[in-house]
Amino acid sequence: MNDKNIIITGLIIFFVFLTFPFWYNLGKASPVPEPKLTDKAKAAKECVEPKEYMKVEHMQILDIWRDGVVREANRVYISKKGKRFNMSLSTGDDSCMGCHSNKAEFCDKCHDYTSVTPYCWDCHIEPPKEKK
Amino acid sequence: MENSRRSFLKLAGISAIGLGTKPVLDAFASSEAHGEKHGPEIFPNQEALTAKRWAMVIDTRKFESEADLDPIIEACNKIHNVPKFKEKRHEIDWIWVDEFKHVFTDLEHEFVDDRLKHLPFLVLCNHCENPACVRACPTKATFQREDGIVLMDFHRCIGCRFCMAACPYGSRSFNFRDPRPFIKEENKAFPTRMKGVVEKCNFCAERLAVGKMPACVEASNGAIVVGDLHDPDSEVRELLKNNYTIRRKTHLGAGPAIYYIV
Ligand code: SF4
Ligand code: SF4
Repeated sequence: MNDKNIIITGLIIFFVFLTFPFWYNLGKASPVPEPKLTDKAKAAKECVEPKEYMKVEHMQILDIWRDGVVREANRVYISKKGKRFNMSLSTGDDSCMGCHSNKAEFCDKCHDYTSVTPYCWDCHIEPPKEKK
Repeated sequence: MENSRRSFLKLAGISAIGLGTKPVLDAFASSEAHGEKHGPEIFPNQEALTAKRWAMVIDTRKFESEADLDPIIEACNKIHNVPKFKEKRHEIDWIWVDEFKHVFTDLEHEFVDDRLKHLPFLVLCNHCENPACVRACPTKATFQREDGIVLMDFHRCIGCRFCMAACPYGSRSFNFRDPRPFIKEENKAFPTRMKGVVEKCNFCAERLAVGKMPACVEASNGAIVVGDLHDPDSEVRELLKNNYTIRRKTHLGAGPAIYYIV
C-alpha cells in the first residue's frame, strides 16, 4: 500500500516515454515541399494533363505509358484536350525528363518528403544535373 | 387485413424491381456522360516500321572473319547499353559470335566443309514462332508480340531465370552484377538494366517504333536484312526464294525467325 508514489512516478515516466516522439518533434514538422519547375516546364504552362490531375495521377499515367510503350508499341499519347505527346520517361527532349530535367528539385522533393522510392532510376538514366 | 397484405406485397415487389434496375440505369447514364468527353488515347507512331511476322536473313557469304562482325556487335552493344564484363561468367550478350559446330549442332558432322568449319556465325535471339522462354516466364515479363518479336518487359522480370533454362539457344543473359559501372559509354536514350534481371536481343523494337532499321542491319553493309516473312514481296522473302538458307535446331520445333544463307 505504500507503493503509491513509486507507481505514479513509474506511470509518469512511462507516459513521457510513450509520447516522446510527439514532443520531441514538436514544432519541427517540415513544410510541405513545393517542387520547382524548370524554365522549359514553366513556359509550357501545362503538362500532358492539367496540374491537379498530374499531381494525383502521374504514377497512373506513367504506368499506362510504360505498358503501352513496352508491351503494345504505342508511343503517341493524345491528351484529354487533344494534344499529342511522345510517350517516354527519359528518351529525348519531348519526354517527361526532357522538360523536368531537374530531378532533384522536381521528383525527389516530394518523393523524399513522402518516403516514396520509385525504382525508375535503377535502369532509366537520369538527366544530367542541371547547369545553373 | 387480407387486402392490406396484398397491397403490401405488390408494393414490395415493385420497389424491388425499381431498386434492382437502378445500378443498370446508372451505368448507362455514366457511360453516356463518358462518351461525350474526349478521353485520352494511345496510338502507335505513324512512322513505325511494321510487319505481320518479322524475320531476319543473315548472308554469311559476306563475312570472312570476326573482324567483319565486330562493328555489328559493337553497334548493338552501344545502342542498348550492353555492359562489358571481364569475367566470362558474368558476360552479357545480345548478339555474339560462335562456331558452326555450336550453332548448328544438328547439321554438324566430322567432314563439314572448311569454309563453314572456320566461319564465325552471328548468333542472337531467334524470336521463335513458339518461344519456350515465353511459356516458362511466370510473370509474363517475356512475351511475344503479334508481329512475332519476343520481348522483355524488364520492369516485370523477377530474375527467376526460368526463361534461360527454357531457351534452347542460350540467347539470354543474366545480370549477376550491377551492369552500370561496366558500360563504357552510356546511351542516354536507352535504359540500362539492373542487377537481377535477364536480358537479350529485342529486335531493336525501340528503333522499329520510330521508323529505324535495327542497329545490326544498319552496321552490316547489307549482309543482314530484316523484313516481313508474311509478305511475298518483301526483301527477306526475295532472299529466301533465291538462296539456300538454314536455321538453328529446327527439329526442336521452336520455329526460329533468323535465317542463315550459307
Ligand atoms: S531464341 Fe530463346 S530467347 Fe529467343 S525467342 Fe527463342 S526461346 Fe526465347
Ligand atoms: S527471369 Fe525474368 S524474364 Fe526470365 S522467366 Fe523469370 S521473370 Fe521471366
